[in-house]
Amino acid sequence: MDIIRNFPCVSIMLCLFSGILTSGVKEKAAKYINRTLIMTVIVLNALTLYYTLATGSAFVYVMGMFPAPWGNELRAGALEALMATFFGVIMMLSLCGGQKKLFDEVDPAKHNLYYIMTDVMLASLLALVYTNDLFTAYVFVEINTISACGLIMIRQNGRTIEASVRYMIMSLLGSGLLLMGLCILYDLTGHLLMSNIRQSIIEITKHGLYQIPLAIAICIMCVGLAIKSALFPFHAWLPDAYGYSTVSSAAILSSLVSKGYIFLLLKIFYRVIGFNLIRGSHILNMLFIFGLCGMISGSISAIWEKDIRRMIAFSSVAQIGYIYMGFGLGTTEGVVASIFHILAHAATKSLLFISAIGLTDVSGGSRSFFELTGSGYRNKIAGIGFTVGSLSMVGIPVFSGFVSKLLFAEAAVLHPDQKMLPTLIVLAISTILNAIYFMKTVVRIYVPEKASVVRRKGYFSVKPGQQKLYTVTIICFTVLNLFLGMMSEPIIHVIKMGLGNFA
Amino acid sequence: MGPNLYANYVEAIAMILFGIGFFTLLLRNNLIKKIIGLNIMDTAIYLFLASKAYIPGRVAPIIVDGVQDVEKYINPIPSGLVLTGIVVSVSVSALMLSITIRLYKRYHTLNLDEISAKLKKEGL
Amino acid sequence: MSRKISEEQYKKNLSVRFRNWISGETDPYLGNMEILPQRDASPDEKTRKKHMEDQTRVVNRTYDVENNRIYRFFNAFYKKAALLCCLVLIAILLLTVSYLPKTTDPHSPGNNEVAERYITRGMQETGAVNAVTGMILTYRAFDTFGETNVLFVATCCVMILLMLEEGSKKQAEDENDAKYEPKNDAILQTIASVLCPIIFIFGIYVILNGHLSPGGGFSGGAIMGAGMILYVSAFGFKKTQRFFNEEVYKVAKISALCVYGLIGAYYYITGANGIENHIPLGIPGHILSSGIILPINIAVGLEVACTMYAFYALFRKGGL
Repeated sequence: MDIIRNFPCVSIMLCLFSGILTSGVKEKAAKYINRTLIMTVIVLNALTLYYTLATGSAFVYVMGMFPAPWGNELRAGALEALMATFFGVIMMLSLCGGQKKLFDEVDPAKHNLYYIMTDVMLASLLALVYTNDLFTAYVFVEINTISACGLIMIRQNGRTIEASVRYMIMSLLGSGLLLMGLCILYDLTGHLLMSNIRQSIIEITKHGLYQIPLAIAICIMCVGLAIKSALFPFHAWLPDAYGYSTVSSAAILSSLVSKGYIFLLLKIFYRVIGFNLIRGSHILNMLFIFGLCGMISGSISAIWEKDIRRMIAFSSVAQIGYIYMGFGLGTTEGVVASIFHILAHAATKSLLFISAIGLTDVSGGSRSFFELTGSGYRNKIAGIGFTVGSLSMVGIPVFSGFVSKLLFAEAAVLHPDQKMLPTLIVLAISTILNAIYFMKTVVRIYVPEKASVVRRKGYFSVKPGQQKLYTVTIICFTVLNLFLGMMSEPIIHVIKMGLGNFA
Repeated sequence: MGPNLYANYVEAIAMILFGIGFFTLLLRNNLIKKIIGLNIMDTAIYLFLASKAYIPGRVAPIIVDGVQDVEKYINPIPSGLVLTGIVVSVSVSALMLSITIRLYKRYHTLNLDEISAKLKKEGL
Repeated sequence: MSRKISEEQYKKNLSVRFRNWISGETDPYLGNMEILPQRDASPDEKTRKKHMEDQTRVVNRTYDVENNRIYRFFNAFYKKAALLCCLVLIAILLLTVSYLPKTTDPHSPGNNEVAERYITRGMQETGAVNAVTGMILTYRAFDTFGETNVLFVATCCVMILLMLEEGSKKQAEDENDAKYEPKNDAILQTIASVLCPIIFIFGIYVILNGHLSPGGGFSGGAIMGAGMILYVSAFGFKKTQRFFNEEVYKVAKISALCVYGLIGAYYYITGANGIENHIPLGIPGHILSSGIILPINIAVGLEVACTMYAFYALFRKGGL
């Protein structure tokens, strides 16, 4: 048996071990353990991706001596390996970009606790991506929730603690619903492994039994995961949590945490219930409508915001609306577009958060909009990063946002039913709204501020040479964005192939 | 309403408790009441799982005298799920309580609305 | 008063002391128990008035009914809408329950080939007499490892919030703590010195017998944690820190979790690759049996006991 098949399990266990060992060491050693761990995880998952692409099929990894349905299983295909590698890359870049602010904002004695949170968060994301068992998914969803709360709370001022309590309350509601749906599903089918539940559901629907509880259980699980990933009516916790935490936390939370739950929802749709069963149901229509509403309301709230980080956080709400709209279209192309948008959004949103902190640093630490005038000249690299991110969000060609919008429009047009027209209209409106608030900010940071004001307020300029790690991070993010925008064809091919093996 | 509502009366009570706990967690303003609602919600799920496994006339799945007949023991899986669930519930309750302690020490109130109002006053 | 012996000798007489005790003239606990008032020394009049004014102002601002029209509308319909939503959710769930398979049905979908194998072949394949422990620690070992990590990461989060590092704050907290709890309380100490050994022995018994009877790492660890909390409440932190302080806590926690992780990883990787893992299953019914279950139970028990004590110490004092 190939050694590479062990890599998913090894990467999850390595992450958990690093978290455990980090609790006993001091800050410097914790940082090195963390960086080494993430590099190792990226390498292992890249090798797994190569292996799954070479064999062309997904493999099942039995955790222990007993196969499904008696024991636990992991399942790795091209799509899972791609997501895992990508999550590792984004986490590495986010941590590097926010390194300096971590020193400024967080008590040095608590740094090793921060690295424990990131290690355990990476472990839970990998487990959510690779698992083939619903109850394991629930346990790791809980780990994800608690470590995300730790990431928000690490910067201890009143705002973050209140944001973390609101986040925990909404997340625990979602977890409770997810567990209840899982228990009802277990009652109906008697299995906890995803593939076995699917076979049971096919049997049940063939005989026409238990239709109502099955539909309600699926609804409850969907609502639970939608609450946790901040779909439209449940997004109240998001702006506070993303807007006030420290920068690398905000980048990790916005890019990775919601996406882990969305990926789990996708797995439930494909592997537990079967996409054909879901396709005709009203669940997808509800997700579609809420996705559309999220796109509009997120953008409108962002326009009214005066604080740049809360503005970016509201824009996250809109982007999550895009992803759910892609699911709601009900076709394979829609799902491919959503998955590509997960990758594009992760790359862009982290870039925006990290550039924004560079801009606010040279504006006297204030996050208010008006203070940011001319900051693009004071911190050139942050200005470039923010511009690249904004152009990508709006959907200018060459950047990754354009490719994902193109895929959404294609998916809507290819199967014209009554969902095509609302999709195209809302896509257009939301692009215009995105352009309004992002371009407004880009223009403002490049309007030169009067020298008298700069002197009076004591703003200083920062050269790229003074902040090497930050510069390298922003350049890496830009390269990633351009790569996703210009070389999107191989990635879309991998996603399509992975989705074929996903069920 | 389906056929099994009276036969599944324990699960029905568990669902009522779940609804009560859910809405206490969501809608109450006092933080301690929210935590109590969280615990009620989780306990309702354990009641649901525990009642699912029960079959009258059978005993708990601890093998006695080497008799390994399926007809003698109940299903062990829901008990395992409840074990895991209880540990998760304890952890999140401890975390929520420590957040409550920090908020109370700083704002001297347990009411989430008042904390938001005080935060607006603080600025930031 | 007697003429044959002096006053002091008379007072030392047993029956006199007994009579004084019964009538209430002597207090046997005087000087033996330190109970200080449970309340903080209240700040002076001005700050208290200012706090109260602040509080009323905040309350009025939050619940400002006259000016805030949205709040007035909200307030009127809030209770009714909340009750309605709650009833709708409960109705949906009751609808679901009514269509579920009957609870006491032996042929319900839950009792399928999965449960059958756990009962009929569980003892041979895992070595555990307790089928539930065999299931969660052998068949579905990964879930249990995840759950142990939930405890670990929750402890870390509580430490982020409540742990005080060395410095003036920690010293202030230590002094505060000494003020609030009764020290050298005769009743508590006597009972604790009798009960704590029993609790610890019972906890160890429950941990070690996880695979033979109901119990296991989690329950036994909770019992031991409760015993330690009783000890620290009765005797104070200084005495407890002689054998359980922060270094011991770190070493115990990390070693327990690492042992669990290593055994688990060895088990998953050898099992997945089809290699024989050479951990003997032993004879079912003996203590030293059941393969990986016994060491995992001990590790989990240690971890849970440390966690329970750590939660108590962090909540009370901000440190171990």
